Amino acid sequence: MDIHEYQAKELLARHGVHVPRGGLAYSPEQATYRAREIGGGKWVLKAQVHSGARGKAGGIKLCANDEEISSAAEAMLGRKLVTQQTGPRGKLISRLYLEEAVDIAQELYVGFVLDRKEERVMIVASAAGGMEIEDIVEKAPDSILRTTVDPGVGMQRFQAREIAFGLGLDHDLIGKATETIFSCYQVFRDYDASMLEINPLVVTRDGNLVALDAKMSFDENALFRRPEISELRDKSQEDPRETFASDRGLSYVGLEGNIGCIINGAGLAMATMDMIKIAGGEPANFLDIGGGASPERVAKSFRAVLGDKNVETILVNIFAGINRCDWVAEGVVKAIREVGVTVPLVVRLSGTKAAEGRRILADSGEAVIVADTLAEAAEKAVAAWRAATKKKAA
Amino acid sequence: MAILLNRSTRVIVQGFTGKIGSFHAEDMKRYGTKLVGGVTPGKGGQTHLGLPVFNTVKGAVRETRAEASIVFVPPPFAADSIMEAADAGIKLCVCITDGIPSQDMMQVKRYMRRYRFEDRMRLIGPNCAGMITPGQALMGIMPGNIYLPGRVGIVGRSGTLGYEAASQMKALGIGVSTSVGIGGDPINGSSFKDMLKLFEQDDETDAVVMIGEIGGPQEAEAAIWARDNMRKPLIAYIAGLSAPKGRRMGHAGAIISAFGESAQEKVEILKEAGVVILPTPSSFGEVVADTLARMKKAA
Repeated sequence: MDIHEYQAKELLARHGVHVPRGGLAYSPEQATYRAREIGGGKWVLKAQVHSGARGKAGGIKLCANDEEISSAAEAMLGRKLVTQQTGPRGKLISRLYLEEAVDIAQELYVGFVLDRKEERVMIVASAAGGMEIEDIVEKAPDSILRTTVDPGVGMQRFQAREIAFGLGLDHDLIGKATETIFSCYQVFRDYDASMLEINPLVVTRDGNLVALDAKMSFDENALFRRPEISELRDKSQEDPRETFASDRGLSYVGLEGNIGCIINGAGLAMATMDMIKIAGGEPANFLDIGGGASPERVAKSFRAVLGDKNVETILVNIFAGINRCDWVAEGVVKAIREVGVTVPLVVRLSGTKAAEGRRILADSGEAVIVADTLAEAAEKAVAAWRAATKKKAA
Repeated sequence: MAILLNRSTRVIVQGFTGKIGSFHAEDMKRYGTKLVGGVTPGKGGQTHLGLPVFNTVKGAVRETRAEASIVFVPPPFAADSIMEAADAGIKLCVCITDGIPSQDMMQVKRYMRRYRFEDRMRLIGPNCAGMITPGQALMGIMPGNIYLPGRVGIVGRSGTLGYEAASQMKALGIGVSTSVGIGGDPINGSSFKDMLKLFEQDDETDAVVMIGEIGGPQEAEAAIWARDNMRKPLIAYIAGLSAPKGRRMGHAGAIISAFGESAQEKVEILKEAGVVILPTPSSFGEVVADTLARMKKAA
């Protein structure tokens, strides 16, 4: 789960990391009022969306007076910001963060990630901050410092100190940098983060160390014990199709194609999407209905998939282990009758009670295209989709 | 004995008396697994499904001489249960639980290192379908009837995609020595490489099918190990060709976040290492049959 920059900064500030003075605004008036509160003569207005690379997309503006703040806020609010990371649909700007402008002497990079090879928290730092980590890796690979934390004892101060010295900082900044890095690690650990990135961490002209930007993501498996983090969820930043599905306990990822998928198991779901692509179609979504799917859950899945207006065909692929194909078939029939399925529907049932499931579909008298194998299911779905779009065009 | 599990492996269930634990314990027993008891703290001394219940894993090991444990404990408490098994001298632990926090798994892995390698428990999962040695024993949640006993090893992250592979093989009369689900989490107990090492040494396995997916370095690491150390053919499929970068595809670990983690990149790395790559996920059966036929000819 991602959070906003201002939320990450609040969290970090509470644990001793220095951040610029700033305030949240939902309107141009509020933004200019925040400028009075913060004081000074130069501010930065930042669109709060769950994405990096906001500057290049017009989501960050330097302002010197009320008028500039007001017009920049006017231009940003209610608009969708499309960055390199958001995809073409962009993300809605409904919150702005106004900050005092900071005199930058040097930009550093500090990031914390879960390193899957080492199976530990890894700290990545570079004196070449201000650009994306991918660019640092490409343009200044020698500047990158890495160290991992032993989960048995946690990060030690010497590790933070080594990074501080490694960044080539002035001696009077070593203590501050050590504390900053150490505090970041504590926030990462104490809130079950999966990613924390401060880019840039800046050295100011007056010799301070300030987190100018902050990005954080959290381990969704740990949210049960981090209620204060769960509260920071901003549904406006999510794909509405995904919010609908996740509120109903379904694992769903929206894509750009036309063939809606309802599948059990993440691996089989990915493989079915691959098979659709190989057969010449494009999947509209990833959806794993999970184990123990009741007829109600199957019907909910149909609602989630049909919520995407691009869906022109639906493919249901179930390999039942804990699941039961007869229940899934009942759910399919229920969905056709209650939700109203007007697009072609291909169903493949395999595993536990598959024969019973097929009989339920056949006896229902509904127009269901039945397939026996994974390949046949994908081919029939793509063929049905082609026929349907041709009919539509004619 | 195929790998890790056979009909004489003495198995206990952690989270024995819960709904899920009970359901699968019965299923495993029916399949032929040598279940010797279970653990539910606070219910020690009772009998469940005709087997003794213990308060602690140590107690269960002492009384039943259990060597293996399968964990059905809910995510907030699962890491604790795994460490309890490791400390009680369990040799093989399969954790089915989905949803364990990553930091808990980091601690589990760190904790297990307190034991010498020879004494260290082998952990399979979490967030997996478990394992099966067809015709002998089931330590997992998969439908036993889709596996034919035979001589091809299967190791995969996903449960249902593993079923797909096994049933495609069964349709062509090809059987499985052991099938292991290593799970969909970013930090797991055993890697693809760990399983390939065991299959390579196993006299009852002729070839291995590896079912990977997007995210993480394990498939590439396994392929490079296989290139340098494996004589048996390795056949692989990587799911997630159509998965976008940075999006989590169901499994906590199925996310492309670094170079080399997309399906296309992994396929390239695997091909270079000489691994046979399936053209589509519907060709598990044919490609395995072809590979076995070619081996026969060469022999």
